[in-house]
Amino acid sequence: MNHWIIAPVILPALLAPLIVLGMRNDLVLQRVFGLAGTLALLLISGGLLYTASVNPPEVYFLGNWPAPFGIVLVLDRLAAIMLTLTAFLALMVQLYAIGTGWDGRGKHFHALFQFQLMGLCGAFLTGDAFNLFVFFEVLLIASYGLMIHGGGRDRLRAGVQYVAYNLLGSTLFLFGLATLYSVTGTLNMADLAVKVASLPEGDAALIRVAGVLLLLVFAIKGALVPLHFWLPATYANAPGPVAALFAVMTKVGAYATLRLYSLVFPPDTPATGALFGDLLLPAALVTLAVGALGVLGAVTLPRLVAFAAIASMGTLFIALSGFTAESTAATLYYLIHSTLATGALFLIADLVQARRGDSSLRHACPPIAQQGLIAALFFATAIALAGMPPLSGFLGKLLILDATRDNLTTVWPTILVTSLVIIIGFSRAGSQLFWKSHASPADPAPRAAEPLAFTAVFALLAALVALTLLAGPVTAYLQATAAELMDGAAYVAANRLPELP
Amino acid sequence: MSLALIVALPFLGAFLPGLMIRSGRNACAVSAGAITSLALVMLGLHAPAVLRGEVIQTRIDWLPQLGLNANFFLDGLGLLFAGLILGIGLLIILYARFYLDRRDPMGQFYTYLLLFQGAMVGIVLSDNILLLLVFWELTSLSSFLLIGYWKHLPEGRQGARMALTVTGMGGLAMIAGMLILGQIVGSYDLSVILQNKEAIQASDWYLPALILILLGAFTKSAQFPFHFWLPHAMAAPTPVSAYLHSATMVKAGLFLMARLWPVLAGTPEWFYIVATTGLVTMVVAAKIALFKDDLKALLAFSTVSHLGLITMLLGFGTQAAATVAVFHIINHATFKAALFMVAGIVDHSTHTRDLKLLGGLRRAMPITFAITTIAALSMAGIPPLNGFLSKELMLEEASHTVWAGIPWLLPVLATIGALFSVAYSFRFLGHTFLGQPRSQLDHPHDPSVGLWGAPAFLTLLVVLIGLFPMLSAAWLIDAAASAVTGEAVAVNIYHWHGFTAAFWMSVIAILGGFVLLMLHAPLNRLWLATPRPEAKRIFDGIVEPLAALARGLTQRLHDGALTRYFAIATVAIVAAGFAAFLGGAHSPGLRPETPVEIVPLIGWFLLIASAAAIVSFHRNRLLALVLVGVIGLIVSVGFAYLAAPDLALTQISVEVVTVILLLLALNFVPKTTPFESTRLRRGRDGVIATLAGLGSGALIYALMMRDSAFPSISGYHLANAKTEGGGTNVVNVILVDFRGYDTFGEIVVLGIAALVIFALTEAILRAGPANDRLLTWVQDQRDAGDRHPLMLVVATRMVLPVAIMVGVYIFLRGHNEPGGGFIAGLVVAIALVMQYMASGFAWTEARQRVDYHALIAAGVLIAGAAGVGAWFTGTAFLTSDFGYVTLPPLAPFELATAMIFDAGVFLTVLGAVMLALASISRIALRAGEKVNTAPYDTDLPDGEVR
Repeated sequence: MNHWIIAPVILPALLAPLIVLGMRNDLVLQRVFGLAGTLALLLISGGLLYTASVNPPEVYFLGNWPAPFGIVLVLDRLAAIMLTLTAFLALMVQLYAIGTGWDGRGKHFHALFQFQLMGLCGAFLTGDAFNLFVFFEVLLIASYGLMIHGGGRDRLRAGVQYVAYNLLGSTLFLFGLATLYSVTGTLNMADLAVKVASLPEGDAALIRVAGVLLLLVFAIKGALVPLHFWLPATYANAPGPVAALFAVMTKVGAYATLRLYSLVFPPDTPATGALFGDLLLPAALVTLAVGALGVLGAVTLPRLVAFAAIASMGTLFIALSGFTAESTAATLYYLIHSTLATGALFLIADLVQARRGDSSLRHACPPIAQQGLIAALFFATAIALAGMPPLSGFLGKLLILDATRDNLTTVWPTILVTSLVIIIGFSRAGSQLFWKSHASPADPAPRAAEPLAFTAVFALLAALVALTLLAGPVTAYLQATAAELMDGAAYVAANRLPELP
Repeated sequence: MSLALIVALPFLGAFLPGLMIRSGRNACAVSAGAITSLALVMLGLHAPAVLRGEVIQTRIDWLPQLGLNANFFLDGLGLLFAGLILGIGLLIILYARFYLDRRDPMGQFYTYLLLFQGAMVGIVLSDNILLLLVFWELTSLSSFLLIGYWKHLPEGRQGARMALTVTGMGGLAMIAGMLILGQIVGSYDLSVILQNKEAIQASDWYLPALILILLGAFTKSAQFPFHFWLPHAMAAPTPVSAYLHSATMVKAGLFLMARLWPVLAGTPEWFYIVATTGLVTMVVAAKIALFKDDLKALLAFSTVSHLGLITMLLGFGTQAAATVAVFHIINHATFKAALFMVAGIVDHSTHTRDLKLLGGLRRAMPITFAITTIAALSMAGIPPLNGFLSKELMLEEASHTVWAGIPWLLPVLATIGALFSVAYSFRFLGHTFLGQPRSQLDHPHDPSVGLWGAPAFLTLLVVLIGLFPMLSAAWLIDAAASAVTGEAVAVNIYHWHGFTAAFWMSVIAILGGFVLLMLHAPLNRLWLATPRPEAKRIFDGIVEPLAALARGLTQRLHDGALTRYFAIATVAIVAAGFAAFLGGAHSPGLRPETPVEIVPLIGWFLLIASAAAIVSFHRNRLLALVLVGVIGLIVSVGFAYLAAPDLALTQISVEVVTVILLLLALNFVPKTTPFESTRLRRGRDGVIATLAGLGSGALIYALMMRDSAFPSISGYHLANAKTEGGGTNVVNVILVDFRGYDTFGEIVVLGIAALVIFALTEAILRAGPANDRLLTWVQDQRDAGDRHPLMLVVATRMVLPVAIMVGVYIFLRGHNEPGGGFIAGLVVAIALVMQYMASGFAWTEARQRVDYHALIAAGVLIAGAAGVGAWFTGTAFLTSDFGYVTLPPLAPFELATAMIFDAGVFLTVLGAVMLALASISRIALRAGEKVNTAPYDTDLPDGEVR
């Protein structure tokens, strides 16, 4: 049994209480151990990424109980990709938070950060539907703690909305799981895949309800219109580095959708058919439009980035709704890109806000310290997020356009027109933030260079460049991942389920 | 490889000037020049082979899965354009070195310029249309930086945004067009596409692809009606204008039309779209140019006009016309770049570009005058300069092309265009240099050779090509035109064609142009008097309201109204749920209904009554809390009735703890909920809520009435709890063993929640409005007469050891009987909470030594360690073991590793409850709660101190 599979959950789960137990009064210790933990997580994830590429899906039977009676973790390419992506983003976010001193502005930042990683890794690894719910809870409560880190009226108010809205999602999740369990009698995902495929016809209506309720839960996490309302205020009011980490939170929704609806409810399921894709596509198109309009109409920089995040989720779900090998590969490429780019832009927005002392886009301010560098970073990241060449956003968009050519008349115009709207939005914001200030004669207020913070942003951008240059090999890996997802046989086989009586 | 290197060089070298500026402006300019020169030399090395007719290719796989590869090829057309881009780029670098002011950040300028140059070279060398798209959009982006270079000027910023918007829009349309084109052919490689004329023109998708691609080309090349961005881009520094608008950016559209000419041209669609657009652009822009007073604006519209001319020639779709187009591309680049630089020189020395203020500079600036004369005459098409040669050929082509059956239309309009061209060229020359010197100009003078060197070189080319076209240009035109048309071309250019139609059209144009210039003053008055569409106003009139609309919509939709968010979400959920249900077959469950008995009926009624009461009385928060407690109690009774004692125990202890904590917290918030929504909205919300309730009720009914389609996994749990899990209480074995991992996750959730409550309290208690409110807190309810009554204190003291014993008992028996760590933790927590309630927080706190943080952390760690321990026996995380131990005089009892795990659960639960309580108490202290030193109230005066 490969115990490394569970390491991404156990490492942060034990590191966090250790930090609480022995280091809660010393920020330096917390930083050292927190960084070391995240770095170790990245290395382990990298190892798992390699393992997953040479081995078929591998199952970890918790408590040595056979599937489907106990809980299992499943390592496959998709899980490994998500783990590595999360660990990399987290490491950079942590560097940034340390470099800017954000971590010291409230209590328990590093412990909550590790718990958050535990929740994320657990959600990506689990092969059990109810366990997914448990890790959604871990995610939610830890993210709430991080989101209100540092306090302040607006942040706390947004925090209440965030947690309230997501509790709605949790409730819905329970309804969905109850329905799923009542109909099939099982919670193991592989077992569900086997059983949903062979349900008697009279169960069709209820299994459809279960599928749709769960889809809505993931749509809340993934900020799909009309279930996205929690996102703008949450992301805009969260501390910059936390918002950057949240770039991967919306992806949990996308991940869960991809996992469950390619494994348990693939389009050839008799009871559900193309139901989920048909629901997702229009919602995704509207999400993209809402996000693009938000970018154009945003009044503050963090809200602009938040709406850009919504738009990118729209694009992601457009691709996801196809549920073909080709569209799934495109989805995954765009997912990696969007996570890194959104994260980077939130960090840059925080750099700007910290120096400008003001986040409004409606008026210009005097120049800020390190303006040239920050402007260049903003320009590059905005290009990436808007999907302009030469960065990965463009390649991702091309892949998606190519994969959606069957829906050429609806998808293409939406993606292309919203791209233009987003470009206009970004160019107006950038011009307001970085150009108009030159009309003011004032010298910028001096500010320390914060090398760690800039390193983090540069590293995220470097990852985007690498994703662009290595698009060929990366896509090859992703195509293999998509093929593995489309053919769930290996995943199911790894669970060693008992024969159906 | 070296083709890719030519493209990569400007990108790789782009940061060099940005760094070299640290050792001075010369070093900076030289570094930029060196990179461009190197690229030019590398290009030149390929020239002989290309001129021999070879095509040089480089292929690098990038994203082969999509068909996007870094493939480059160099043929005659690519050579021509790359040569223009790099050659004129070099001249611009020289010119800009002397043009830019000391205050301008030169490093940035050259960095942007090289980025732009690389993108342009990339376009013209791409052998893959997706790769071409990448470079295409890169030119839009880098030109955005160049046009907005003078960041302090609003015109610069707006011009940059306008250019980006318009060309970006075209670029996006082109993406769609190129993808369609690639799908028709089955490859995105240009060399393959160019072989598939029949397939493309026969496809149903030909017209959409053509229109989308042309949108890209027309916006880039500023063709009517997208021409408006170009004059506004003139806010850029003059070297930028000279570069972008003579040889590069705007020529990219022409390049694309020329590149795809072999497969797209030759159809009526192509002719009518392209030739007409070109013709209209040529005439309209030439007319506007005549009435522009700003030197650069005049040149800008003249550029638009000449681009229209070339577009028209490409639109004719004949080999001869395409050849002329190529020739004019070369000529236009030479004279127009020179003229832009002249405009910059004039601006530099007179500090104005206004033709109304300029005049008579020929004496003060003789060198500039000479350069201008040659370049302007070439632009006017005066023999024997190169502009004459290509214009004459253009008129020749126009004279025998028939538009929609009207033979005279094209020749007449082309002549009119040429006529305006003559007029504005003469105006540029005459109104700047001829006439009386203007006294208000402050000592104008010729600049240093650094500034006039580049335009002088270009005018030399103008003359050379004009005088010896066959010697100096024909080889290049042949190579390029062969590449455009796909057939071998051998041009024969000479000055005298005889008294052809073109000759007479040319004469009319030149004479008419003179006349027009003589009449300029009255015509200008007429021009000013007629209403004209102002492009910027129209553009802003579209973009600004759009932005305002976006802002309004976004703000209104996302204004933080949680009620509406929930209403929308609920409607969506209910609708999706019903739709899903109705779309599939449903056979109702077969379980028999249980008979209605009196006890559950009472419980059911109480449940409904208290739920209804909450709806009615929820504005009284205390009452609502009590009612929530009632519901919790009924639910736990229900669990007990339905033979789930574990659940009942858990539910009841959770109820107690949460109600106590909520009561304490409620102390610091208003006791009533205000009315915030209208009656109508509450009615709407009521309907939505009812629907959701009915939906969930129906769903639960449907689920309860059926058995699962397959045997459920709980059968296994029942069968194996004792034999494999070592416990007879299946619920507990599930919690700590079968699904211990879930429990581990949930205690982490509980622990995090407590930590978050603590952190939140810290944040509130820091200086700030919340803290101020607490400091000035006025109790809105009276204290009880005795806060810490003696009876209560004594009773709780006596209960404490008993409660702890009960806790331990519940914990120990958990594996086999109802109980377990979770419930035990809550029971002990309740006992401790009672001590706090009885004697006050401070008094109790002083008597306990365990830190709650540590309790939580230790709990999670112990639970985790219990799981990790299994690794040492080679089994999976949380694998349990159990055995029976005999300790005389006790009977044999069971020990299970799961108990260690359960101990972790116990500690975490206890710590979490206590940390929450401690946090709330800290808020109470800040709000001025009295601290007692004695365990209970006494009549002694020092019994209570603040």
